[in-house]
Amino acid sequence: MKRFLLPLGVFALLVIVLAFGIYNAPRNGSKVIDSPLLGKPAPEFTLPKLLEAGQPYDGKSLVGGWHLVNVWGTWCGECRAEHATLLQIKGEGRVPILGIDWKDDDAQATAWLSQLGNPYETVIADRDGRVAIDWGVYGAPESFLVDPQGIVVEKQTGAMTMEDWQKKFLPHLAANPQGNAKAGS
Amino acid sequence: MNIRALLVTAALCWSALALAVDNTPPLPDPLMQQRYIALINEFRCMQCQNEALADSNVSLAADLRLEVHDLILKGKSDDEIRDYLVARYGEFILFRPRMSLRNAWLWAAPAVMLLGGIGIALRVMRKRAQLPITDEDASDSTTDA
Repeated sequence: MKRFLLPLGVFALLVIVLAFGIYNAPRNGSKVIDSPLLGKPAPEFTLPKLLEAGQPYDGKSLVGGWHLVNVWGTWCGECRAEHATLLQIKGEGRVPILGIDWKDDDAQATAWLSQLGNPYETVIADRDGRVAIDWGVYGAPESFLVDPQGIVVEKQTGAMTMEDWQKKFLPHLAANPQGNAKAGS
Repeated sequence: MNIRALLVTAALCWSALALAVDNTPPLPDPLMQQRYIALINEFRCMQCQNEALADSNVSLAADLRLEVHDLILKGKSDDEIRDYLVARYGEFILFRPRMSLRNAWLWAAPAVMLLGGIGIALRVMRKRAQLPITDEDASDSTTDA
């Protein structure tokens, strides 16, 4: 009996390692990557506003209140699916949404917003995609929750649903309406 | 037209074919261009995760190639460029995982398994050496002798 102990132990170990691998394997073929941005300050940027032509938007405006930053484009099918959720979040009125229109055509984006409704407080146009690279965006839609100190605290890759919003994002706001001010609290 | 001109023309056509995916303008210095080619083969295309930046015609891959191109022009070192991309996309963008405490098990695993195997082999060999000579072996040796 004793001579089976070692092979059995090795086998059990192998089962555990493989089960772990299978359990953590990507489900739809593509791995969702944790953003290295979480817990770090939002990148600095200045981009032109889409609807108020020519006016610049400075990323520093994110500091001072909670913001949801949503990266989208009219070429992105999932973004259409997500749009209703964004309108609902706007309806709640708890967080303003900054839309980054990623590698898009201005006219098409404007038409999209007038047709489907505009959930954004401000929309900025990242025409060449440079700012999206700083945010580590690799597929639209992506959404980032930025706290009043300008720290990125949550990220959603892919279309946000109301369930994602309530389970992943809202708890941050509820737990800490003033953000992660370490000195203050 | 001599044969050499023909060969050069053919080679040029071939190089255009090879670079068809990459529309990034070539770097002014051949050494820079060499570094550029090496780097874009090191990074994963985040949208088509098993392709390198060099091989992907997805628009994000084109943007990232241009970013690498511009960073080289700005005089950044290869390591600085790697850090730049890892800071934005995470270590997943590197095809070759880095040596770090978190990845240590990955690098140590082969050595640990090899040592374990040698250990088991030694134990088995020692045990076998201590076994009394069985009848079969004994009969073998008698017939041999």
